[in-house]
Amino acid sequence: MSVMDEYNFAYIDEQTKRMIRRAILKGLAVPGYQVPFASREMPMPYGWGTGGVQVSAAALTPDDRLKVIDQGADDTTNAVSIRKFFERTAGVATTEETSEATIIQTRHRIPEVELTEDQILVYQVPIPEPLRFLEPRETETRKMHSLEEYGLMHVKLYEDISRHGNIATAFAYPVMVNDRYVMDPSPIPKFDNPKMEMAAVQLFGAGREQRIYAVPPWTKVVSLDFEDYPFDPSKADHPCDLCGAEDSYLDEVILDDAGNRMFVCSDTDYCRSRREAGHEGRLAAETMA
Amino acid sequence: MYVAVKGGERAIDNAHAWLAEERRGDLSVAELSIAQIREQLSLAVNRVMAEGSLFDPDLAALAIKQSRGDLIEAIFLIRAYRTTLPRFGMTRPVETGEMRCDRRISATFKDAPGGQVLGPTFDYTHRLLDFKLAAEGEPVPVPEAEGRAEPTPHITEFLADEDLIQTEPRDDTEPRDITRQPMSYPADRATRAQALTRGDEGFVLSLAYSTQRGYAKNHAFVGELRIGMVDVEMEIPELGFAIDIGEVQLTECETVNQFKGSKTEPPQFTRGYGLVFGQTERKAISMALVDRALRWEELGEDDKGAPAQDEEFVLSHCDNIQATGFLEHIKLPHYVDFQSELELVRKMRREAADAAAAREAAQ
Amino acid sequence: MSTAATAALTGGFANPPVDAAHAFRATMDVMARPGEIRQLTQARPPAPLSVAAGTLILTLCDPETGLHLAGAHDTKDVRDWVAFHTGAPIVPAEAATFALGTWKALSPISRFPVGTAEYPDRSATLIVERAELGAAGATLQGPGIRETATLDLPEVAAFAANHRLYPLGLDFFFTAGSRVAALPRSTAVMEG
Repeated sequence: MSVMDEYNFAYIDEQTKRMIRRAILKGLAVPGYQVPFASREMPMPYGWGTGGVQVSAAALTPDDRLKVIDQGADDTTNAVSIRKFFERTAGVATTEETSEATIIQTRHRIPEVELTEDQILVYQVPIPEPLRFLEPRETETRKMHSLEEYGLMHVKLYEDISRHGNIATAFAYPVMVNDRYVMDPSPIPKFDNPKMEMAAVQLFGAGREQRIYAVPPWTKVVSLDFEDYPFDPSKADHPCDLCGAEDSYLDEVILDDAGNRMFVCSDTDYCRSRREAGHEGRLAAETMA
Repeated sequence: MYVAVKGGERAIDNAHAWLAEERRGDLSVAELSIAQIREQLSLAVNRVMAEGSLFDPDLAALAIKQSRGDLIEAIFLIRAYRTTLPRFGMTRPVETGEMRCDRRISATFKDAPGGQVLGPTFDYTHRLLDFKLAAEGEPVPVPEAEGRAEPTPHITEFLADEDLIQTEPRDDTEPRDITRQPMSYPADRATRAQALTRGDEGFVLSLAYSTQRGYAKNHAFVGELRIGMVDVEMEIPELGFAIDIGEVQLTECETVNQFKGSKTEPPQFTRGYGLVFGQTERKAISMALVDRALRWEELGEDDKGAPAQDEEFVLSHCDNIQATGFLEHIKLPHYVDFQSELELVRKMRREAADAAAAREAAQ
Repeated sequence: MSTAATAALTGGFANPPVDAAHAFRATMDVMARPGEIRQLTQARPPAPLSVAAGTLILTLCDPETGLHLAGAHDTKDVRDWVAFHTGAPIVPAEAATFALGTWKALSPISRFPVGTAEYPDRSATLIVERAELGAAGATLQGPGIRETATLDLPEVAAFAANHRLYPLGLDFFFTAGSRVAALPRSTAVMEG
């Protein structure tokens, strides 16, 4: 595919990239703090990864190998669309193999394979403010962060327990970063939360909400919980029906009108590589992939 | 049999091809030209320019054609294009007092210098479908008057001369550019005006309407509404003076609102202001009403808790490109987060059933 | 054209989008991993700027960022070069987004903005020019560091005091020749 010559490398103009890059550096210096940035109007809709795309564009070099996933999969339509955008505007190499990628842009998942220090994980974030659903006003939530006043969040989690017997948050489960800022990890399943203390740099971009934040490698990231109700990163209690993996996050697929189900890895690259290595799940023989 | 979803790229290409075919429609019907859209759907073009924040009728017409007439989609195309344009500099503020008015009305004075000029308005048309338009026809000749040579003064100036309306302090500080700096609150009036002038017409209209119905009521008279062309000037540092670089059509609305006053201050009318690209008077009037409602604090009024008084609510929801993007993103796959809730609900139901069984056994 | 005027026009990025992209990645790497040293080689700035400091300025500065030039770094050549390549306004310490100079010239660092409780990002980043930059020195702990790291710092007390302001505070780059390292405010600093 030819590179679009009429636009700058990675589409965004240099001054905008500098502005985004400065925000990324501040984000790394104050992990978990949401840095305001002058998000630009991108040629894809707000809510469809404009924040992640801007952060990736500011971080990309022509030597990178980019992987784009949505729901853990490389070939969901919006992942395809974003990957195509960078192939056209930056001419970068792309890959579906997690271990081959230098930058991974993701929506809603952290890959199953442990990331390395040579990798960058860029999250697409819809609502960066973890307190937003408790207090819709930016003027108020900004104050709460400045005063480290997170009582409201604990009250909410506690009310969940008294009403449901469980913390009723299953994704976008709030974390405390570096003992200072409560942060929204984006709508990843809570199963992924423990992976956030990783070797790779994690960058978060929220385009419509004009915020960038970051978690440097090995930063302390703790999922909020209570002593008597410890955080539980559980997932569906099944192995993958294709590759047999017991340790991966699963999508549920309805197979027929009788409502029969199968469970398959949400991380398509992980599942593929396991099947290539000879692992087989319950339904491996009767499925096509 | 389960087949892993593959071929997203081919699906997208096919969707785009089908979209192009639908856009063109029946091939036996002549294709629309950009010039036809620009000339004959000019109010749609104006809305796209206003909310797209780019004064270029040809590009707006192209965007309308490309978007199959979906104006928010057209606005989006213009915004995305606008972002990529280099900035050569800033123009001087336009002088709307020098506007060459096609339309100029005042609801507060029966007549004033410059007169009442109805211009090309729908106002007094009877909303009867005109079946003659269904057939092609030559336009009827329009009587033409001589244009006014001297500038048309603003109506509010006559009130200001008598000190009957608040004076707006001159402020030469460079306004924030909301497309280049992130929004922060509280926002000043210039920032609010920028957001409102490119805000969604329907949203701003409804908020303005809510103020008329008592949610932060502030009775507004249309002091003046004017539509016409103004010159755009730019300072050229190398020349040391400003030169004309073009002209734009604008709609300006100034409202005269309920007076305020106190024991120490004599009563005075207050103002709301709207200024929008193109012939867009519904939007300009709406903007003026919302502008006025947002000034409650500055004018020492009570916070009635009305939506139109709530700066953060208004400014963070008035942009239709942000709104439509986020609204429509919920059709993207959410298997992963949904699955996590599904598992949680199943687990909680299991626990509830177990607890109920245990209670029953105990009885 | 005079030699000095010509000098201002040279030494920029040969291929701005690509050079800036590579330079930023090294810059991001060091900020994400305090104590790590990387190379920044893309600029040819006038003396006394190091290649690394010049590259940082081209990568991060523009008309939206005030730059403070401290001590011997405040020369006409440097000002002309910065103006031509970045358009960054030269500002006093209190208004700086970035500041450039030797440690001695930048001190006392309490002059620079450290951000506000609501906006800790509204703080200055200091580019500290060093004669040499080595890995041996103070012990570092915090985000970006698995256990501990070490870095040769001009002193310890000032950086420890800066860290105590967290989440407010200054962030630092150290440059020598084409080498660069960083110390964000999040890093705890102890005598090595």
